[in-house]
Amino acid sequence: MTDTFIPTTAQETLDAIGWAVAEAKPLRLFGHNSKARLGRPVQTAYNLDLSRLQGVVEYEPAELVLTARPGTPMADIEALVAGQGQMLAFEPPDFGPLWGGAANRGTLGGAIGANLAGPRRFKAGAMRDHLLGFSCVTGRAEIIKAGAKVVKNVTGYDLPKLVCGAYGTLAALTEVSIKVLPAPEKTRTILIYGLSDEAAIKAMAEAAASPHEVSGLAHLPQTVAARSGVRHVGDANAAVTLIRLEGTDISVKARCTALREQLGRHGALEELHSLNSAWAWREIRDVSLLVQPLDRQLWRISLPPMQGAAYLAAIRAALPMAEALYDWAGGLLWLALPAVEHAHADLLRGALAACGGHATLFRAPDSVRAAIPVFQPQPEALAALSRRVKQSFDPGNILNPGRMEPRQMEAGV
Amino acid sequence: MLMPPPDAAILEQRNGLIEDLRRILPHEAVIVDERSLKAFECDGLTAYRQVPMVAVLPSNTQQVSAILALCHSRGVNVVPRGAGTSLSGGALPLADGVLMGMGKFNRVLDIDWDNRCAVVQPGVTNLGITRAVEHRGFYYAPDPSSQIACTIGGNVAENSGGVHCLKYGLTTNNILGVELVLITGEIIRLGGRHLDAEGYDLLGLVCGSEGLLGVITEVTVRILPKPTTQRALLAGFPSSEAAGDCVARTIAAGIIPGGMEMMDRPAIHAAEDFVQAGYPRDVEALLVIELDGPPAEVDDLLHRVNAIANACGAVSCRVSESEEERLRFWAGRKAAFPAVGRISPDYLCMDGTIPRKKLPEVLTRMNQLSEKHALRVANVFHAGDGNLHPLILYDANNPGELERAEAFGADILRLCVEVGGVLTGEHGVGVEKRDLMPAMFSEADLAQQQRVKCAFDPDHRLNPGKVFPQLHRCAELGRMHVHKGKIAFPDIPRF
Repeated sequence: MTDTFIPTTAQETLDAIGWAVAEAKPLRLFGHNSKARLGRPVQTAYNLDLSRLQGVVEYEPAELVLTARPGTPMADIEALVAGQGQMLAFEPPDFGPLWGGAANRGTLGGAIGANLAGPRRFKAGAMRDHLLGFSCVTGRAEIIKAGAKVVKNVTGYDLPKLVCGAYGTLAALTEVSIKVLPAPEKTRTILIYGLSDEAAIKAMAEAAASPHEVSGLAHLPQTVAARSGVRHVGDANAAVTLIRLEGTDISVKARCTALREQLGRHGALEELHSLNSAWAWREIRDVSLLVQPLDRQLWRISLPPMQGAAYLAAIRAALPMAEALYDWAGGLLWLALPAVEHAHADLLRGALAACGGHATLFRAPDSVRAAIPVFQPQPEALAALSRRVKQSFDPGNILNPGRMEPRQMEAGV
Repeated sequence: MLMPPPDAAILEQRNGLIEDLRRILPHEAVIVDERSLKAFECDGLTAYRQVPMVAVLPSNTQQVSAILALCHSRGVNVVPRGAGTSLSGGALPLADGVLMGMGKFNRVLDIDWDNRCAVVQPGVTNLGITRAVEHRGFYYAPDPSSQIACTIGGNVAENSGGVHCLKYGLTTNNILGVELVLITGEIIRLGGRHLDAEGYDLLGLVCGSEGLLGVITEVTVRILPKPTTQRALLAGFPSSEAAGDCVARTIAAGIIPGGMEMMDRPAIHAAEDFVQAGYPRDVEALLVIELDGPPAEVDDLLHRVNAIANACGAVSCRVSESEEERLRFWAGRKAAFPAVGRISPDYLCMDGTIPRKKLPEVLTRMNQLSEKHALRVANVFHAGDGNLHPLILYDANNPGELERAEAFGADILRLCVEVGGVLTGEHGVGVEKRDLMPAMFSEADLAQQQRVKCAFDPDHRLNPGKVFPQLHRCAELGRMHVHKGKIAFPDIPRF
């Protein structure tokens, strides 16, 4: 029987964690549970549901800062800023359906915990580049704050970076300030048809090295492109490479013309405008094209962009049925593989040794994620340092024990 | 400003330490004579000076590792130093410490054009990176004013900004990886040529940690394609309120300029007297707004910004018509610090950030403080991101004037915090703002930051006396007061 605390204030959060620390009762932290299947499974006798710490506290568009409680739904925040012509530039993905759940769920706190980022990552940064400050209750049952509510600040250690991607293992956030930016007036996407993976990587590198401020670079091999609901992509009968341009109307048109001229020799070109463009990038952002069938295992691999195609070729030599999608100019590779107990972890991580990078087991059954490291194992000196950082926030290992790595469970005081 | 008192026992073992250091480094790389050591006695915060016990100039990672391990085992403090341009005293030496100069790490190791990154040693200058990649149309985006001299290692330690960081980010947004040596001598790598490393974001934590967590021996930076066109607009306003309004309306219109700088009347006059940039003298505030991108976009946005400036009551507006003219617009702003140096024997450069809407209030109260402390102040301002650089004019030869200037500076920074801002936007805490930290952070906040420090450096060997107003022993900080059975089951909603 699991007991769940549902605090509505920072003080109640402190009370719950204070009790858990005193009684050495670990807590599983969550908001909407939309990413419960990301990371190692955590089982505790007590839960801490943070979804009622919600609501926008302060939003001043001209200051480019939004302050909210972490249980605020992402969808609410995105709608609010869109109403002011602004956006969360890191383009937070919605992975709900990827695990067979509902779309449009997820909280701000969850996006911070998982350090999410969409196709604009290589240009605009991830969640980590947009969290300005926070208040929280640490695993020591202390209320602390770090960072601030202004866009430029170097006072004290940059702890906001540390809580991004920490999966709730350091602290329970109670209020956060994030940077918002103006949304582009116009978006266009250039499509190149029929490129091999290798040729696509080269074309994307060329676009990224151009002065045309490209904000999306993705490549869909033919079988993956065929699943797209966007006609010029889904009906192409060919691999499709997508290159996104955003900005003012005049600027997008000028850059689009210049880039089409430059890239024309790579293959046949097409253009997506506003709605179709947004739809195509949403499919890429949320990895919708690899979601089905749900029982396939999904890996998310971050590596130097130019190495993407060679890496996949090495994997395909052993696993010809591997399906892939390239984002971030080739620097982000999503791989769908038939389910096996070992999840091909050794093969995938072994092949990374040559080029550097890290592989995350993004979708697999609980039993597999409990047995196979979900996140790339680190060299011992670095792993030990990370454990010491964890202990500095949570010496009793109360918060989400083992969510990131099994040895967190033995951290101890 | 008090530094930790020198440890007599450490000073006594100086000769033995020198002997050990000379086993690691060539003779000339261990500096021991008073005259040569004097070269390291201060950084850009020249009001504070201290000759180090010994200075070392390693030239490879193994040497750095061996030196740190040695200092760790001997219980000797270490202060890392790049080019010594810190404005907050981050590289101020310790009388009983080893100063580690990283100047010999001055090579660009690899330029990876395809992956759009460069691997460099920490002693390469900020501008040196751009110089190494500009022949193929690339540049390194963060551009602190000291970019000719400051090194990338120092930039990482301080998370340096510059005039273009509203659009292009600070150092932390532009690096992909570092090699870091811990005080134990362990060599670790954070990140690489890819994005968002696994595990905790220690790269993000180390960036801006002011040399307290480790010594950086290699940096991988992102390089960006240079924008096709850059043009600037010079707009003079009858009041700082009007100029501030223009900044707010520009951003509200969805425009993020490459640079957006404000100067007040004293700064305008000092700059104009110094470099004759063609600034109007009869205005209270001047904006330099730079737009970059394709020519069509830049023309379009300049037109829009010009209209906003006029609507906000600009009394003069000029758009640069040539690259030469654009650089002239910037010359005044970039020379603002030395220009102020000409009209005053000494000056202190402050570095607070405020919510932009508070600018008129902060400037008014700053003028009141200027009267109270009987010292002049000139303001330059990264207007887009609210980062203020008040320059306090004083004469160190007049007894008590430095202390008055410091008190004035502290009042300004407390004011920044009071209106919702911070003590430092880009220069770092160092020794300069160390004792003001409690104005912004509670004891619990600072204790947690120090616990993170303890995870890297449990004996406080690296750069002690910087950032934290009080040094607490790690064992004391780590202690938990557990009240088993004494805390009631929390009375909060459950299911």
